[in-house]
Amino acid sequence: MSEALKIIQDPTLTYRQQLVSLARLGESTDQSLRYSDAYYEAKRRGALCDLNEGVMPYRPRYICPDYDLLFQKGCEFLQLSPPQDLLEALNALEIFYCHVPSITTYPVYLGDLDRLLEPFVLREDRAFAKKALRLFLRSIDRILTDSFVHADIGPEETVTGRLLLELTEEMQLAVPNLTLRYDPDVTPEDFALACIGCMLKTAKPSFANHRMFVREWGEKYAIASCYNELMIGGGGYTLPRMRLYECSLDAKNPEDFIENELPKYIDLQLEYMDKRVRFIVGESNFFKTNFLVTEGFVRRENFIGMFGVVGLAECCNHLLGIADVKKGFGMDPEATALGVRIMKAIESRVAAHTAPYCEAFGHHYRLHAQVGIETDGMDDSPGTRIPIGAEPAMLEQLQVNEQFHPFFPTGTGDIFRFEETWVKTPAAILPIIKGSFSRGLRYFSGYLDNNDVVRVTGYLVKKSEIEKLRRKQQSLNQVTLFGMGAQDGGHALDRRIQRHDECPGE
Amino acid sequence: MMNAPVNKIIDFSNVDGPGNRTSIFFQGCSFDCMFCHNPETIHLCRNCGACVDGCPARALSRDAAGAVCWDPDKCVECDQCIRACPWDASPRIRLMTVEEVMRRLRRTMPYIDGITASGGECTLQNDFLIALFTLVRQEGKSCLLDSNGSFDFEADPRILRVCDGVMLDVKAVSPAWSQLLISAPPDLVLRNLDYLLSVDRLQEVRTVIFPHQDRENEETVRYVASRIGSACDYRIIRYRPFGVREKYQRILGEETTPAALAEQYAELARSLGAAKAYVV
Repeated sequence: MSEALKIIQDPTLTYRQQLVSLARLGESTDQSLRYSDAYYEAKRRGALCDLNEGVMPYRPRYICPDYDLLFQKGCEFLQLSPPQDLLEALNALEIFYCHVPSITTYPVYLGDLDRLLEPFVLREDRAFAKKALRLFLRSIDRILTDSFVHADIGPEETVTGRLLLELTEEMQLAVPNLTLRYDPDVTPEDFALACIGCMLKTAKPSFANHRMFVREWGEKYAIASCYNELMIGGGGYTLPRMRLYECSLDAKNPEDFIENELPKYIDLQLEYMDKRVRFIVGESNFFKTNFLVTEGFVRRENFIGMFGVVGLAECCNHLLGIADVKKGFGMDPEATALGVRIMKAIESRVAAHTAPYCEAFGHHYRLHAQVGIETDGMDDSPGTRIPIGAEPAMLEQLQVNEQFHPFFPTGTGDIFRFEETWVKTPAAILPIIKGSFSRGLRYFSGYLDNNDVVRVTGYLVKKSEIEKLRRKQQSLNQVTLFGMGAQDGGHALDRRIQRHDECPGE
Repeated sequence: MMNAPVNKIIDFSNVDGPGNRTSIFFQGCSFDCMFCHNPETIHLCRNCGACVDGCPARALSRDAAGAVCWDPDKCVECDQCIRACPWDASPRIRLMTVEEVMRRLRRTMPYIDGITASGGECTLQNDFLIALFTLVRQEGKSCLLDSNGSFDFEADPRILRVCDGVMLDVKAVSPAWSQLLISAPPDLVLRNLDYLLSVDRLQEVRTVIFPHQDRENEETVRYVASRIGSACDYRIIRYRPFGVREKYQRILGEETTPAALAEQYAELARSLGAAKAYVV
């Protein structure tokens, strides 16, 4: 059966999901963007992966429009004038979102919603504003049917932020993903606690280390898709990834890996990125004619390439001959130290490379701890995470994370799964986040074990929707399929549960 | 060098006082409560050796002097030794110095609001706690005591100068019930309740509610609630037979206190002015 016919006959695909699948298939029929034979060989072996980005990129992977500009001057192409009240603002956003391209076809960044909408919300009475925001969130969930759609709030507390939290908890939706930009000096304690309460009931928001990002990006950064940090008014061209376990298979020992194998694969991935970036900028029409560019909602200079890695844990364990993951990376200091050495080697080689069209970042790509895809199985854990099933107690897990998160300005994060008692004690989680942020943790996610909305690897799904797919029914959210794959192949929903009486090392 | 017998340290605890805390459980207790669900914390090891041979991981041995030694690296925490102990003790105890405890705490300090000393009965280690709390407070963290009220705080208030609050168990008020339940009279516990209230060091009070003990439950709750008012939390705890020694389960029953029954007592406490009474 042809690939096209399979898509057309698949009972679990919605019309929209078929359309996206068929478009991908169509894109793959053109092979004019060619890479070196060595690259194809590395890809065939699974050492490098293009995340199914498509062979002919016709838009950057992630786009983070400057929504402030939309509110200031409107949009000529979409015939939108600057909004005068809350309804006009929400309507303008809903229209605009539908015209923001991305790798998923849905917008991966919805804006800093609390800050954007606050002036309009303050002019309405609370009940009306809440109703309008409820309908707005419902539109997002039903129209932008993809969990990589992501909105940001904070670090300040706002009325809008409070309303969004209340609605998030009440509505129990997987879309949009939500992040609090958290700064203990700016974010009021009770607002942060309300965010934790909401996180334990709906698996969002996640917490982003605002101070760390401001240091690296300035104030105008967006958190998009899973946990991709990019510049507002810019975005990310491409995100390929090294699958470090497969990269390590030919190495004789850690030294051989770091001296010989690693640089080879780094250079191949850089070559791949350079060619794609040049193609997106030079050949595709996006930066020449798309209204986002011509009207200034994004500027080409604010885009960057994201250099992804996965499977550091399995790579280190393999190089040190550690068969039992419970005694490897994350638990064994030698394996974790090797991980740091490898990351330093990757960081410095990528930093030494002059990247095309990355003007805002000193002409360099930045590293990204890719969150894994459903076909990774147990071979490569997301980014630098400790493999599921081998997680130490929370304190140790955080302290391992703190060593690796600083390497990844374009995103990394870890997820903690809590049992029921924590719902009553959000105040016990906040000092953990504060403490780890002060020591280099970049991004913290949590969810409650028995909730329907759960965080899989970086994105949210509803467990009930996965069950629908298993019954060969369709799920409106196109990410549910990834969630099912990650659950089956990567045991992504089986991460260690944080109990209230954990007693590590005793 | 001063040391104390430590049963275990929990790095992150959300149930031993406000926020996130590191809890230190000291071995040895001044009471012998019928409903104790970790009776292995009551006594210190007598080095009888009854546990040694049964250890499936060979983590237990005896040294030349006959003392039972425990190897935490080999231990698989199967609790076989605790079941084998005829003395309500445990061989898995470490004698730790204040500096050793501090070393462990330095790892958790960035992530916690403070520490809680618990047990067993931690006030048996009064001098140790004074030294430990003094150091912990220098790091800007709070220190709480979890106590059964057997220590006379008024006679020796030194610990209260370095302690942010006491979480006090008031298990029984009537003398006969107290003698039966905790093998001690209630007087000192009740004096401590009043004294800690008067010096503003009462963090919370806890009372366990038993099925089929309505008269005793009510007397205890009425007494506590009318005294503490809204000054501190009042945790109403349900009796659970899990972990309780068999001979006492025969007396107290194998039934867990129904949530609704516990809620009735929380309601009673609130009606008497204990605004912050709730069931856990």
